[in-house]
Amino acid sequence: MKYLLKGGMVVDPVSKRVDRLDLLLEDGEITAVEQQIEAVGAEVLTMDGCYIFPGFVDLHCHLREPGEELKETILTGTRAAVRGGFSAVACMGNTNPPADSSSVITFIKDKAKEASFPVYPVGCATKKREGEEPSEIGDLVEAGAVALSDDGDSIMNGEVLRRVMEYAQMFDIPVISHCEDMNMTGAGVMHEGMNSTLLGLDGIPSAAEDVHVARDIIIAELTGAHLHIAHVSTAGAVNLIRQAKRRGIHVTAEVTPHHLCLTDDAVKEFDTNVKVKPPLRTRDDVDALIEGLKDGTIDAIATDHAPHRRDEKEVEFNQAPFGISGLETAVPLVWEHLVESNILGVVELALKMAYNPAQILGLPERVIKVGTRANLTVIDPRQKKPVRVDEFLSLGKNSPFDGWVLRGWPVLTIANGVRLE
Amino acid sequence: MKFKQKDVLGLEGLSPQEINLILDTAEPMKEIMTRDIKKVPTLRGHSVITLFYEPSTRTRTSFELAAKYLGADTSSVTVAASSVKKGESLRDTARTLEAMAADVIIIRHSAAGAPHQLARWVSARVINAGDGAHEHPTQALLDMYTIREKKGGLQGLKVAILGDISHSRVARSNIWGLTKMGAQVRVVGPTTLMPPEIDKLGVEVYHHWEEGLRDVDVINVLRIQLERQKKGLFPSIREYTQLYGLDQKKLQAAKSDVLVLHPGPVNRGIEISPDVQDGPHAAINEQVTNGVAVRMALLYLLMARGEQDEVPA
Repeated sequence: MKYLLKGGMVVDPVSKRVDRLDLLLEDGEITAVEQQIEAVGAEVLTMDGCYIFPGFVDLHCHLREPGEELKETILTGTRAAVRGGFSAVACMGNTNPPADSSSVITFIKDKAKEASFPVYPVGCATKKREGEEPSEIGDLVEAGAVALSDDGDSIMNGEVLRRVMEYAQMFDIPVISHCEDMNMTGAGVMHEGMNSTLLGLDGIPSAAEDVHVARDIIIAELTGAHLHIAHVSTAGAVNLIRQAKRRGIHVTAEVTPHHLCLTDDAVKEFDTNVKVKPPLRTRDDVDALIEGLKDGTIDAIATDHAPHRRDEKEVEFNQAPFGISGLETAVPLVWEHLVESNILGVVELALKMAYNPAQILGLPERVIKVGTRANLTVIDPRQKKPVRVDEFLSLGKNSPFDGWVLRGWPVLTIANGVRLE
Repeated sequence: MKFKQKDVLGLEGLSPQEINLILDTAEPMKEIMTRDIKKVPTLRGHSVITLFYEPSTRTRTSFELAAKYLGADTSSVTVAASSVKKGESLRDTARTLEAMAADVIIIRHSAAGAPHQLARWVSARVINAGDGAHEHPTQALLDMYTIREKKGGLQGLKVAILGDISHSRVARSNIWGLTKMGAQVRVVGPTTLMPPEIDKLGVEVYHHWEEGLRDVDVINVLRIQLERQKKGLFPSIREYTQLYGLDQKKLQAAKSDVLVLHPGPVNRGIEISPDVQDGPHAAINEQVTNGVAVRMALLYLLMARGEQDEVPA
């Protein structure tokens, strides 16, 4: 199959250039990138006014399979990813059974192959995600795991985390930390502050996150391992990561679109779709996250796509599960709130959503060049429409953004050479 | 003035005028309670359902009697807290009650926000009878009614709320209501039972009774949940009683005509000493009477609005 993408603005995160170029794709490979391409027999896709990015990579999502197929499957989740403009995803191992063995990693890879979409599994750092004994990390990597994490369950025992980090170094993969002191969280369901006081809901203090960010950075320094901090949400964590990077510690970090676009004010209506971990924080935290994104403290934007069944979320606030279905809103949210408001340029967007996430996970470099498999995300900045959760391809309709009118929707995604609808 | 709210979910959402209207309306309601035949036909043909997810004696009985005195039909649904997870969801229960054509649903729930969610899901009117640590509007209304009756008004009064502010819906609703009515509110309790940034609600924060209770007109003593001690929020019941239990000694710090309130049920001898509880300053039983009157007023304003402007004779 031959495609000719004509007239788009091609974004290069390495040279930091944006040029109006034509792209020729043949059998999934980029065979020409030039100012004017004429190709006989190619399907011409007019890209006027659109930006063509190296394919976006979501380095933090939950596909729920195996075990919770009513929330999401690898097929529905990857279709949602394509619709959302992602050309690859890394899925967390909090499945049932958990991804703590090579058989589960292999299962996920097989299902991804059936879905014709690149899925990079994150293996569990410890057996059964219990935080007690390291899992068979060598075997997980052999089967295709690209990173290690116990996801939502912080490894509370510092000694265990130290050994996981030390061991992971041999395989050159990052350890992804969900930083949360579970004792300080207690029964917390939202950010602790003025709003939790008003609403009478149990709060999760920022300190619950900061304490573990500090601890994990210190253990990363001790071991020399690559620590990747998931979904940073506090100003304090941004500062700690900034200082750690200055000291040369191998730490990277991500932030989610919802932590950039919402504050804990959103909880006031008791809408369980805003219940998420870490919790939505304050305006000051959001400002610090944006500052961290701009100065490079935060390397990547990741969805933390956490689909749940409708009936699971239609319960009392303190009983609802944490999480937001994010794959299909991430790109327009970031475009509307960061690109349109000139906080991020398109080159920075390519870094935060394509180049850096691929680097963090050790995937092939995300740049558009001849001779590589085509991984492309095309965004039309003129497309403006409301979010409609009922039209999500994801089974998870749990989004607080339903009805939000956003600009900058993904209009074409090519994942590992394949154009999926 | 007409009462325009569909639901009463908290005092945060009511204006001072609306609060005054409720308190004024409660006065003739209290008179009805003194009659030999305590029944008026005002709400005849209306259905009131109490939906309680937490145990309660006085609030539930108070609402049911209030509805009955006004001639409404009442029905109660009790949901054991333990069965919430495996039993029917709040959403499904809401659908069921809606299908039975309930006019008013009075809900108590351990989860903050449950009444707000319910109000979105049903067309019936919803009254919050206490949601988690969030609000308990009718308790605050009856407290304010009692203060107004005893002190002649609320404006300018110094009111201390004493105890576990963090976990108290009574405290939050009282803070909203009293500050709106011009009282000076202070909260008194240990640092570990004081929610963050509470001062932004316009209250003064004290941790020592000597200053906190000084020259106050009213002390509203909160019930202490004994299980908080196990979570490390205070070292022992004994120490709590020593530092915050209202006894004769601490009462001396307040004005000589101080009014003492307690939402009940009382842990006798813990947050309040028996001699204060049963002494001349306390109005705990009158609070219960006033609770029925205030709830009658609320039901009347919610259900008979638009149909009648005059309070029933």
